[in-house]
Amino acid sequence: MADEKKYMTLSMGPQHPATHGVLRVILELDGEVVHKAIPVIGHLHRGVEKLGEARTYHQNIVFSDRLDYTSAMNNNLAYCLTVEKLCGIEVPDRAKVIRVIMAELSRIAAHLIWLATHALDIGAMTLYFYCFREREEILDMFELASGQRLTPSYIRIGGVMNDLPDGFIERLKKFVDNFDAHVDEYETLLTKNPIWIARTKGVGYISAEDAINWGITGPVLRGSGVKFDFRKATPYSGYENYEFDIPTGTHGDCYDRYLVRLEELRQSNRILKQALKMLPSGAVNADVPQLVFPEKEKVLTNIESLIMQFKLASGGFTVPKGEVYASVENAKGEFGYYIVSDGSSKPYRMRIKSSCFINLSALPFIVKGSMVADVVAVIGSIDIVLGEIDR
Amino acid sequence: MGIESHLGIITTSLDKIVNWGRKNSLWPMTFGLACCALEMMVAASARHDISRFGAEVFRGSPRQADLLIVPGTLTKKMLPYVLRLYNQMPEPKWVIAYGACACSGGIFNTYNVVQGVDKVIPVDVYVAGCPPKPEALLRAIVMLRKKIEKETLKDRV
Amino acid sequence: MNSTEIFETIKSDCRNLLKDAFSGIDLSTFVIEPEHLIEFMKYIKNTPELSFDLITDITAVDYPNRTKRFELVYHIFSIKNSLRIRVKTNVEDGGSIESVTCIWKGAEWLEREVFDMFGVNFKNHPDLRRILMNEDYKYHPLKKEFPLQGYEES
Repeated sequence: MADEKKYMTLSMGPQHPATHGVLRVILELDGEVVHKAIPVIGHLHRGVEKLGEARTYHQNIVFSDRLDYTSAMNNNLAYCLTVEKLCGIEVPDRAKVIRVIMAELSRIAAHLIWLATHALDIGAMTLYFYCFREREEILDMFELASGQRLTPSYIRIGGVMNDLPDGFIERLKKFVDNFDAHVDEYETLLTKNPIWIARTKGVGYISAEDAINWGITGPVLRGSGVKFDFRKATPYSGYENYEFDIPTGTHGDCYDRYLVRLEELRQSNRILKQALKMLPSGAVNADVPQLVFPEKEKVLTNIESLIMQFKLASGGFTVPKGEVYASVENAKGEFGYYIVSDGSSKPYRMRIKSSCFINLSALPFIVKGSMVADVVAVIGSIDIVLGEIDR
Repeated sequence: MGIESHLGIITTSLDKIVNWGRKNSLWPMTFGLACCALEMMVAASARHDISRFGAEVFRGSPRQADLLIVPGTLTKKMLPYVLRLYNQMPEPKWVIAYGACACSGGIFNTYNVVQGVDKVIPVDVYVAGCPPKPEALLRAIVMLRKKIEKETLKDRV
Repeated sequence: MNSTEIFETIKSDCRNLLKDAFSGIDLSTFVIEPEHLIEFMKYIKNTPELSFDLITDITAVDYPNRTKRFELVYHIFSIKNSLRIRVKTNVEDGGSIESVTCIWKGAEWLEREVFDMFGVNFKNHPDLRRILMNEDYKYHPLKKEFPLQGYEES
């Protein structure tokens, strides 16, 4: 009988500064080396899919914000695209461009949080303050447009909530002009820093073939060398009209994922500059009165609009029978909705496809054989949000 | 413990000094559950600056913290951990329920969500909002400081 | 290959495996019997022109009025063709079906979630246990008869 090796079991989380939320990882350690890592999730399972079956299509927009709460408007966009496909409505061009602006701003905000927290976990605290400073400008713009900073629910079925207010375009221009210099600032702090390189180079390696087999999408897949982005492969909301590159890594480790996301910040800025130039005038909502809420001024002055508003808010609108899957390229990967409709005003089944859920499932595979400190770096570089994983 | 109310002036001065020390160095614990945790992190960043209340040191261990800010939804799966963390915090300790989910379950009235963190631990200040702005968290800390000023040594022995 | 070509290729090659095949509002959908699941999935992954290598999602929909009440829905994506298809099959309450983790490793957690929420068993799954709810939870929340607020004692 060979003597069995005794491993120490260490429970990391669910309250832990570096687990980005309520994630618990049960580590079986042989000294400092990880033999097995078992993630335990579900501490934030709020039952959004079940709740979706009990709420009307319009009411479900607010739940979509609270899933990946770091980049809320990308989630809104995914949900609205799915319902619009189910109903067969086309949004006007101005709405498409505004949606792209909001989606890219959300992507930048999400990557800034990633950079701030990932660097903080590894020990570089300065970036926390720098990134949050830029993010505040983005949140100010969100607040100007929709009244809410973190969970705007600005993108609605049929278009957007209301037109861009005065002052938004000027603020956006100022942000876009200054942002590239800020990204260069972050690079000077980290990219050639020997401590950063020692902590992230060669850590958390996953090959391109394994990444595809595990179903990984987003910057993690691109860091492993697969040049793939859903905005280019299956374009939505007018993304085919924008010019942008897909940054890819070569080594598939944490350092390459860091470089990929940093370059994505620059590319998002590039898309924003193009969107500002091509913003057309026109309506921001599709002309489908049975589905789209009327404007507030009309509601207060016109009796038909008041009746429509009441009907839509209380009973909701009915959606034709069918099933649709639509997805967007979120900051973390592919985020999608699969909705089955039975012809009533509430979804029969609302399934949320979360990129972080699948990306995190590869964690035991990635960290086997690394050190405990590397687990922290890998969790940070996979970039998870528990709201999206647990729903 | 030997300090009786008839000692009068000595105990009230002692109260004032102790409360002054406690309210000016509230040390929160890193405890982020959901979306509101992001606004809590923003409150600790440069624009809103929670460190003017002495609270920028977010302690990782509950043994070193005296303020538990609960941002986000409390689920039944997370419940035993919150209780354990609260019990591990030494006295004096205070709790701020930050956000609609912590106050009352928020928009999630489902099978896995506890309808309010005050169902399991005593809460001192409730902050409504979904999520509340970071300025609301700072206001909550100001209110908590006013509450601490009025405490006597007999309350927290 | 574009969407129509792929649809026709799969329809003709898998004539004997398919129960139904149609173009939905958004995706080509293929309905198969549970016994043919592994063979069909291996075919669409390993055929070089098709190469459906990225598993997008595995979920289930509950139709309590049917005898085989759970409709398992697989969404699979092909990076080479930038195309997604939907594969459906049916399982009865308390029934089991082969796991596709031997084909796509990413299916592991997705199938665990279907087990947790609906109670569908997956044969030959490396680690079939609950993922979102507690391990000793008695119910399967996404079944239609489970109330939204849950039961008092759970």
